[in-house]
Amino acid sequence: MTSNFRSLPVIALLTILSLPLVVMYAFTLVDSITDAEPGSLIPSEFTFHHWRFLWDDTTGRGSVWIATINTFIFAGSTAAIVCATSLTSAYALSRLNFPARRFFLAGVIILHAFPTITLIIAIFLILQFLGLFDTLIGVIMVKAALELPFGIWVMKGFYDTVPWEIEMAGVQDGASRFMVWRKLVLPQVQPGLSALLIFSFLSGWSEFILPLVLAPGSDAQVLSTYLAYFLLDDSLEVDFNLFKSVGLFYALPVILIYLAFQKKLMNIYGGGSKG
Amino acid sequence: MQLRLNSFTKTFDNLTVIDELNLTVESGEMMALLGPSGCGKSTTLFTICGIHRMNGGTLHFGDRDVSNLPSQKRNVGVVFQNYALYPHMNIRENIAFPLRVQKLDNATITRKVGEIAELVHIPELLDRRPAQLSGGQQQRVALARALVRQPDVLLLDEPLANLDAKLRLEMRSEIRRIQLETGITAILVTHDQVEAMSMCDRIALMKDGKIIQLSEPDQMYNDPVDTFVAGFLGNPPISFLDATVADGQFRVGDSGIAISDALQPKVHGQVQLGIRPEYFGPQFGIGLTGKISFVETQGREDLYNVTLPNGSILRSIQPAGRRLKLGETVNWGIASDHALAFTPEGTRI
Repeated sequence: MTSNFRSLPVIALLTILSLPLVVMYAFTLVDSITDAEPGSLIPSEFTFHHWRFLWDDTTGRGSVWIATINTFIFAGSTAAIVCATSLTSAYALSRLNFPARRFFLAGVIILHAFPTITLIIAIFLILQFLGLFDTLIGVIMVKAALELPFGIWVMKGFYDTVPWEIEMAGVQDGASRFMVWRKLVLPQVQPGLSALLIFSFLSGWSEFILPLVLAPGSDAQVLSTYLAYFLLDDSLEVDFNLFKSVGLFYALPVILIYLAFQKKLMNIYGGGSKG
Repeated sequence: MQLRLNSFTKTFDNLTVIDELNLTVESGEMMALLGPSGCGKSTTLFTICGIHRMNGGTLHFGDRDVSNLPSQKRNVGVVFQNYALYPHMNIRENIAFPLRVQKLDNATITRKVGEIAELVHIPELLDRRPAQLSGGQQQRVALARALVRQPDVLLLDEPLANLDAKLRLEMRSEIRRIQLETGITAILVTHDQVEAMSMCDRIALMKDGKIIQLSEPDQMYNDPVDTFVAGFLGNPPISFLDATVADGQFRVGDSGIAISDALQPKVHGQVQLGIRPEYFGPQFGIGLTGKISFVETQGREDLYNVTLPNGSILRSIQPAGRRLKLGETVNWGIASDHALAFTPEGTRI
């Protein structure tokens, strides 16, 4: 590869800037499988003791596996709802001429701009009223609703890049509007869809505030609240290495997903495929 | 199949784009809708295929009234300007799509796709994707897809606009060949008079939502109804001169041009003379004196602009090799039988 500037100084600068992060991540990994003398940074013994939460419910918070399954259900359902709804509503906003279309477009943007935390008390009351407080379904619905504006706008961007002649040609070829959408338009926005799917899954995976406030019990807890419990609960003896191990466990799927799908994630701001 | 538009009216938000338009395209005929942008030709096309709804009037395919049918039920094949091929399907699937919609069995689909690919000369491209094809090849695929389910009418929306000059020439004759071979009724929308004249049986020249003249290409060229038609057809374009009828002559400044016998009884007072470049030159004797103000070499022919003393410009097209210089004074004649006379308002006399 040729470049018009020397890369060595740039690499050096970036290395220095990112060093603190790298050191922290490195110690998270090292500390999770070792013990050190108090006050020392150098590990003195190797142990799996900090990963005991995987097989042993010593924390009093229930099994980590239940929390993991809950997190998968939470993130997965959120992603599914967001994608299914964005896919159809963005098509309508992009293509169909219906009353108050501009109002809906503007409304969606405003919703996106609203900080979640300002709504939390109202949502709390509504969930309580509906009897969905402290249930996974309640949090999923709230999370999906808050993620939707972003999803709709991303998908609308992808739909906007599909030439309308393709749809017209499909209609002329005798296909119904639904079939045109399903067979001709959907394949063209598919990169956007996969990006949105991953993106909203990760967003659900890392959500903390909503489960913390709306599902505080241990039945519906997800990994983020499970993890936070180690810090928030005064009655527990603070074990930082245990906390780091749980953190690593929590971050592992995210890292794997990023590694597997980084190309698709780049798509989300790239906007569709060109015919 | 004959296509009949009857007092067709189209409005967009209170703005009447097309008012009471009548048009009949005979079975097997290729008709051009020609006109400048914004004249309503594309609107007419999109109404025929059902993308736009009619605000008034009726549309018949043969005896069938299709005025209120949705696009899917009209059986119209359309070739769009940008071809609108489905980028995620290969060529075979693209062409087969209209048949898949009809849920035909695989054997029939394979046979029909093969036949149509043969007709448009693309059997070797069937496994490629649209992005891998040149503009001309994509055009052929679009034609094949439009024709594969044997539509009643074929509509072509500026099909050659996105092609380069050489391919345009090739596809012009190809589209015409395919239209003649299938015997399909076709409508071509274009703003290029050369396309319209070379490809079509008849031309409907449109302006501001009205058909100004509807006739065969050579008739439209030689016998235009007004200055708009005369100016729209022909390349290099016709030139117009203001003249006065006096002493049995068209007087232009100090010079005179003979009036043909046919025109003699009809003209008087002020007229506009339309003179095509091929009817002005030294081979027609002498008549008008002017200075050569522009020379364009076209290889086989040279195009000269001659500026008359009163400032009007006449164009003349001459066989190459005369080598006249800019600024030279010439005195050339006009083939008075071919001079077209118009009223000052532009109507043909």
